[in-house]
Amino acid sequence: MDRISKDQVKHVAHLAKLDFSEEEIEHYGYQLDQMIHYAEKLNEIDTENVEATSHVLDVRNVLREDEARESLPREKALKNAPDQKDGQFKVPSVLE
Amino acid sequence: MKLFDHQLKDIHELLHKKEVSPTDLVEESYKRIAEVDDKVGAFLRLDEENARNKAKSLEEKLANGNASASEILFGMPVGIKDNIVTKGLLTTCASQILANFDPQHNATVMEKLNGLNTITIGKLNMDEFAMGSSNENSSYKNVKNPWDLSRVPGGSSGGSAATVAAGEVPFSLGSDTGGSIRQPAAFCGVVGMKPTYGRVSRFGLVAFASSLDQIGPITRTVEDNAYVLQKIAGKDVLDSTSANIDVADYVSQLSGDVKGLKIGVPKEYLGEGVSEEVRETVKEALKVLESLGAEWDEVSLPHSKYAVPTYYLLSSSEASANLARFDGIRYGVRQEEPSLGETYKQTRTKGFGDEVKRRIMLGTFALSSGFYDAYYKKAQKVRTLIKQDFEDLFLKYDVIIGPTAPTTAFKIGENVDDPLTMYANDILTIPVNLAGVPAISVPCGLVNGLPVGLQIIGKHFDESTVYKVAHAYEQATEHHKLKPNL
Repeated sequence: MDRISKDQVKHVAHLAKLDFSEEEIEHYGYQLDQMIHYAEKLNEIDTENVEATSHVLDVRNVLREDEARESLPREKALKNAPDQKDGQFKVPSVLE
Repeated sequence: MKLFDHQLKDIHELLHKKEVSPTDLVEESYKRIAEVDDKVGAFLRLDEENARNKAKSLEEKLANGNASASEILFGMPVGIKDNIVTKGLLTTCASQILANFDPQHNATVMEKLNGLNTITIGKLNMDEFAMGSSNENSSYKNVKNPWDLSRVPGGSSGGSAATVAAGEVPFSLGSDTGGSIRQPAAFCGVVGMKPTYGRVSRFGLVAFASSLDQIGPITRTVEDNAYVLQKIAGKDVLDSTSANIDVADYVSQLSGDVKGLKIGVPKEYLGEGVSEEVRETVKEALKVLESLGAEWDEVSLPHSKYAVPTYYLLSSSEASANLARFDGIRYGVRQEEPSLGETYKQTRTKGFGDEVKRRIMLGTFALSSGFYDAYYKKAQKVRTLIKQDFEDLFLKYDVIIGPTAPTTAFKIGENVDDPLTMYANDILTIPVNLAGVPAISVPCGLVNGLPVGLQIIGKHFDESTVYKVAHAYEQATEHHKLKPNL
């Protein structure tokens, strides 16, 4: 791994909320390194005066009337929740 | 001739002549699935009870002369890729993290199909979260290519293409982010359309890369495909990226006339990396179009060689953001831990497969502080150049034509250990998604018994011309009539 250190891989995994063993850090680190190397092919092109494309069509500020619509009833919104209490999503302790 | 060898409009006619009933259509599907799907693996789950009940209710409508029965898709069985949410029918994206996800609403395309009284047969296998080109990334089972069960069907809509090729359903829906409809359609010898970005509502399509994803139909013939697309396309208030542009009557424009049509054939699409046999097959197809009065020139898409790294940076970045929602709180399979932070981590680590984690890692890296400009923003700029290549060619040419994939279907296991080789398989389809233009894959012959796909690319929102060219070619050849021996 030339382009990315083990600590950087661990940092990225933490940002992505993934938990890797030392062995997996090696595995994903190696592949990430290869992909970054591959992506650096783009540096061959001068993009100094090129605008970035975030949307392929010339669409901006799509507006609609601010009208109230029926929404998913609470029991349905909670239907897939792994845990719930008093009509709300229940989560494990936030403060560690 | 089997029932599903007919075009949609002919099946429709049989319904109206009372030669078959909606129940017959549903039973034909399930009978064929029982015969071959153990081998093919196209379906993740079936919806037999609801499908049979719906067929019965449609029989009453048909007998009463209900106006809705005049619709061609009335009573038509359909298979749906498992990343399109279906109310009351589990939708897993072929991932363990959504193994129990029971949608409480329908995707807009499902509302449209249900409104036309199609019958959903079940949900189709795919690469997990649509990330893959071989269907080997499904966390449930592989899909096998109906033409050769030792080979991949392509991906990520491998189930959607294989089920149509295997004669299990007359049509299916897939999704295409970097080639996920066209490449499996090519590998399985069927017709697959990636519409213009914004042509079909993405509401209810589980997001992979939101600036690239599109839903589209997979069918046996071009006419069937055109018919399905014109029924599912259109503006949707629930998807602000859907285009407010009228949907044409594509079918009425299938005239077979391509006289004077100007075709650009990018030299990059017939060059290095594309197998000799695929090249020859595509050149034969160009001769057919020539004989119909079309003209073609060799042209260039000079930035297409940068499309694959551009795509992997952008699609993985978008995926890392989109897949942040899978944290085990509102839906999905939770790994319960004492703290919230550990719950997130264990839920995601156990719930996502290897390829999904690889892309989340790449995307998170490309968006992270200190690397954003060098990777993500750089790729967005190169995207502009790739898009401009197409815009320049479309000033002079009506369509751009080349192969859909550089090879025919490869062996299962052949590329799994090498992500970069696997990614290179999408080299001819990815530029189309980056430019947002529409493209279709139609069968153009066999090489060593395996199908080759011809890719026809059009201008933004000019699906009409794409379909017209595809249809003229199809009708001048017999390739679409070939079927695998299963």
